[in-house]
Order: sequence, then C-alpha cells, then structure tokens
Amino acid sequence: MRLKIPTNFRIIRLPCTGKIDIIHILRAFEKGADGLYVVGCMEGDCHFNEGNFRARKRVEQAARVLDLIGVGGERVKMYNLSSGEGPLFAQYSIEMVNKIKELGPSPIRLARQRMSKKADAA
Amino acid sequence: MSEYVSNSRLERVLKAGHLGVTSECGPPRGSDAEEVKKKGLLIKDYVDAVNVTDNQTAMTRMSSLAACIHLKLLGIEPVLQMVTRDRNRVALQSDILGAASFDIPNMLCLSGDHQSFGDCAQGQNVHDLDSMQLVQTVRHMRDEGKFLGGDDIKRPPKIFVGAAANPFADPFEIRIPRLAKKIVCGAEFIQTQCIYNLDKFKEWMRRAVDRGLTEKTFIMAGMTPMKSVGMAKYMKNKVPGMDVPEEIINRLAGVEKKKQAQEGIDICVEHIQELSEIKGVAGFHIMAIEWEEKVPEIVERSGLFPRPEV
Amino acid sequence: MIIAEKKPIEEIIQEVKDFDRILILGCNECVTVCEAGGKKEVEVLASVLRMYFMAQGQEKTIGERTLERQCDHEYLEEIRNIIDDYDAVVSLACGVGVQFAAEKYLTMPLLPGVNTVCLGANEDRGLWTERCQACGTCVLARTGGICPVSRCAKRVLNGPCGGSTNGKCEISKDTDCAWQLIIDRLKALDKMDDYEKVAPVKDWSTDRAGGPRTVTREDVKI
Repeated sequence: MRLKIPTNFRIIRLPCTGKIDIIHILRAFEKGADGLYVVGCMEGDCHFNEGNFRARKRVEQAARVLDLIGVGGERVKMYNLSSGEGPLFAQYSIEMVNKIKELGPSPIRLARQRMSKKADAA
Repeated sequence: MSEYVSNSRLERVLKAGHLGVTSECGPPRGSDAEEVKKKGLLIKDYVDAVNVTDNQTAMTRMSSLAACIHLKLLGIEPVLQMVTRDRNRVALQSDILGAASFDIPNMLCLSGDHQSFGDCAQGQNVHDLDSMQLVQTVRHMRDEGKFLGGDDIKRPPKIFVGAAANPFADPFEIRIPRLAKKIVCGAEFIQTQCIYNLDKFKEWMRRAVDRGLTEKTFIMAGMTPMKSVGMAKYMKNKVPGMDVPEEIINRLAGVEKKKQAQEGIDICVEHIQELSEIKGVAGFHIMAIEWEEKVPEIVERSGLFPRPEV
Repeated sequence: MIIAEKKPIEEIIQEVKDFDRILILGCNECVTVCEAGGKKEVEVLASVLRMYFMAQGQEKTIGERTLERQCDHEYLEEIRNIIDDYDAVVSLACGVGVQFAAEKYLTMPLLPGVNTVCLGANEDRGLWTERCQACGTCVLARTGGICPVSRCAKRVLNGPCGGSTNGKCEISKDTDCAWQLIIDRLKALDKMDDYEKVAPVKDWSTDRAGGPRTVTREDVKI
C-alpha cells in the first residue's frame, strides 16, 4: 500500500502513546514546531489498557496550556486508529497539516526567528 | 426536677407537667428592632418562650442576644440560641454573662449550619467548643459558678439549658445514644428538628422513654407548618436531615394551590394533637418560618391555649 | 505527606514578569508525589514560561533545578553557588520550603509556585485527601482512628451534627461525614460503648491557636 502523505512533519515513534508526556509536547513547540498530533490505538484496544486514554488527557492538558500562553491549543490533537488503517493515517496527516497551514506559523517559531535576526544584526 | 434553676417560665411550665409551647423568631437582616418586636408581640400570649435564632443558615443577621433583649424588655421570654460556629470560648462565656445580665433565662446550644450556606462562605469558622461542650460550659458556669478557666463568677448565670436533637438524621442507630450524651452533658430540655414522619418520631420517642431519658430532660417536638407543596418538596429534597413522607406531599398536592397553606396548618394541628398523646412528649416547638402570624391559630386549635398560669 | 496544588500559570506569570532571570526550584519530596512541584513540574513550568515570554518578544533566562528537599539546610545549600545567576526564585515546594529558602537567601525574592493545601493521603490516582490538621494533641485513639478535627467541617468532637445525611456532610454530598466513618469504625471494632463517652473541651493551645509550634529534642541535639 503506497499512500501519499505530506512530507513536512516528523514521526516520532513511541512504544505506546501512554509514554507521551506534556513536557514532550511543550518542548516540540518550544523548539519551533507549528503543530503536533498524537496517533494512538483505538480507545479500548490499548495493549496497556489505558495508555491512549492517558495520552488524550495529556494532549488536552497541553492544549489548555498552549491556549493560555497564546500559542493556541488547536495546534495539538489526538487521533485514534487501528494498525490496519493506513489510509486513515494518511488522511489524518493531511487534515492536520492543512489545519496548521490555515493557522499559520506558531508565535514561538516567529519569535525565535525575530530573535535570531536581532542576534545576527548585532 | 423539682427546684428551679432559673427564672424561666418555660422551666416552670415544663416542671409543672404542662405541655410547653415555644416558637421561633429570626432576627432581621438589619438594625430595625421593630421587626423583632412585632413578631414577638404577635405570639406573646400563645407561647411560653420564643427562640431567637443565631444567624441561622449562616446568614448574617442582627445578633441573637440583642434581639433577645428587645423581646425581654417587652415582657416576652426569650430562648437565646447560640451556635459554636462564630465564637470561641471567650466570646461564648462573655455572651452568656451578657444574656444573664438581662436575666434571659433560657438558652439553646447548637453547632450551627456551616458557613458555606450563608453570605460569608469565605469566612473562618471557630468551633472551639461543640454543641455538647457548650451545654457543659453553661451548666458549669451556672452550677459551679465558675468560668471554664476556673475563676469564680460573680453572680453566675441562671439559665435553663437546652439542646437540639434530630430524630431523623443519620445514622439512626446513634440517635438515642446521642440524645443520652447531650443529657449527660446537662441538657435540661430538648427541641427537636421539624417532625413530619410521625411513625419514625414515635419509634425514637419510645426508645428514649425506654432508656429513661424522658425522666431526665423535657423533649419538645419540633413543628413547622408547610405553606405549600413546593415547600414540602424543598424540605424533603434540599434540607439536610429532614424526613418528609410522601403522604404529606400528596395531601398538600391534593388540594388547590390557594388552599395548600390552610391544609399545611391543618396537618400541623393534627400532628400536635396526635403527638400530645405520646408518652415523653413534654411540649411543642412551633417554628413557623416567616409565618409567625399563624402561631396563635395553631396553638389555639391544638388545644394548647390559654397558656397555664405558673 | 504535604499536599499541594499548582498555582494557575497566569498567577505565576504575573509574579515573575518583572524579573529577567528566574530559577524554578522543585522539591523531591511530598510535592513530587502529589505531582505539584517535582522535577517534571519544574520542566513544564519552565517551558511554559519560556514560551510565554518568547511570544511576548522577551528574552528571559529560566533555570531549572530540583532539590532533594527544601526543608533542610544541606539541600538548600546546593544552590548557593548558582543563586546569584538569578533575579528571583519560583519555589514549587510547599510553604515550608519556600520560607526556608527565603530565610536562607535573604536578598533573593522567593515566590511560591504552588498552593499548600493540607496533610493528606494519596487516596486514588489523581485524588489527594486531607487526613490531619496537626492540632498537636492527637485524639485518634478515642475516635476509631478517624480524625474529627481534620475531616469534620465543624471539627465537632462529639458528633455527628444534625447535618449528616446518608453518611455525607451537609457541606457537600461528595464529602464523607467524619462521624459516620467514626461510628462505622467503632462498630467494626465492637467499641460502640465508647461513642457515649463525652469528649471534653479540647486544649487548642497545641494547635495553630497557640502560636508557631516547635519540637525541641535535647537528646538528638548536637
């Protein structure tokens, strides 16, 4: 199955979405990511029972914090699919990339750019 | 219980074996004493004493002690309600002396509704003493003539001391042990929570009689007439520790709206008449909430009028 | 343990906004266990503050450090050599840690990053509940091992009050009535006779009322 997916995102593999922590999400944004999404197993199908539920809560936590500091909580999202759903994986990635394009660059990335320009000028 | 501990008319009525009658008056949310006096005068001749509530439901009101003084000066006998929520042992003892200085002869000791129900939900609560310890404190001051700290009191308070009991609160099995405990602490009269479930009350009373508690204290049954089916439902569902049987609600719902108030009065009168026959019932505490004008009718129709000469 | 709760980020931002170099100082004890002020929470808060100020176009230095404890001299000493690199410290320790650090570093502004809530237990995942108010004179032997001082909203020593309904407190149907719990325990212990023993007026001088409390042990002093 060869599916076309956008090339402007990086996949970080985790043993289980339950491994993800809010700090991982925040660090991605701090380093300049414009968006982030987590793809977990179907709810109820987690090999570790509640890994994907934990992940969803942490994504929600991150969204709240990002909203609060003006980065925008809509830049993070949690998806669930089963391992046999390649086309859906592709669809989600397109959906997320389009959404982030609509939102434009993250204020953190813009701020980083401004700062490095200032540093260059000096 | 033959000699008198106070100049309380209520004490004399109860000790003479008459059914005592008390009612209740909530002080106003302002400084106009006329409201208190008006309420008091409405019921003056129909009751032996009038309870004055102490910031009930934790809503800030004119102080119970001040309102008691207004009544006392009109020749109406007050029962000073005192809650342990707002004052520590210094203030409680001090207010007891203040009350005694005006010869306020009765006191009811309570813990008080939690402040979260009232208008100062962010306030501290004190609860230095609990209601039983407050009963002990007044008795100690009166009987030993001493402060909690041990010093002598010049002219100790002469106060007839009461406490509240709720025959319906949970857990039911400790209702009687709890009553016994209050009596051990020194409660000479008990005013109960509003009674609507007569069967459950009678069962509680039977157990109190069996344990000999009615030989040691006077139990006054709490009565509150329902103004409407809405009030009955509210009492059933929203007021903690209240037991309102379905049949009361059905009976009120069975009459047209404008006749519900009269039906509520009728139920109250019937309940008083029925409970008057129950062994151990020493009187009635009629709490007609913001409906004081109905107290005379209830007292008269229940056969409790005129009040005895004592 | 001591239970604390993270302060809202907006409040912390308000407190630190005028400082350029801020140290976020965590504690490895109670606040780590109740997930309010351990290493992880330090990382998150530091990241959030960095991003917030970056988005505002402000460059700030936000340092991270977590000590074994903030209520002991020896651990607090560990930051002595770095403390001058900062203009303010946000301590995620309980109120004890914040104050102990403030006493040690006299000229350094110390800001609390958590609200200290109570002495409690980890009742369930994500649920911490109060068990003790440090009244200084323990009554648990007489109350079936359930504390009426910390668990009754009116700290009634001869309870329950009239507001107990279906085992719950009048303040909330989610709050257990402490006296229901006490009675349940006394029954389980076959000690219901104890219920009728009147608890005397309590000596609150060992509580907050008596002023700041100290424990002095000559036998362990050096």
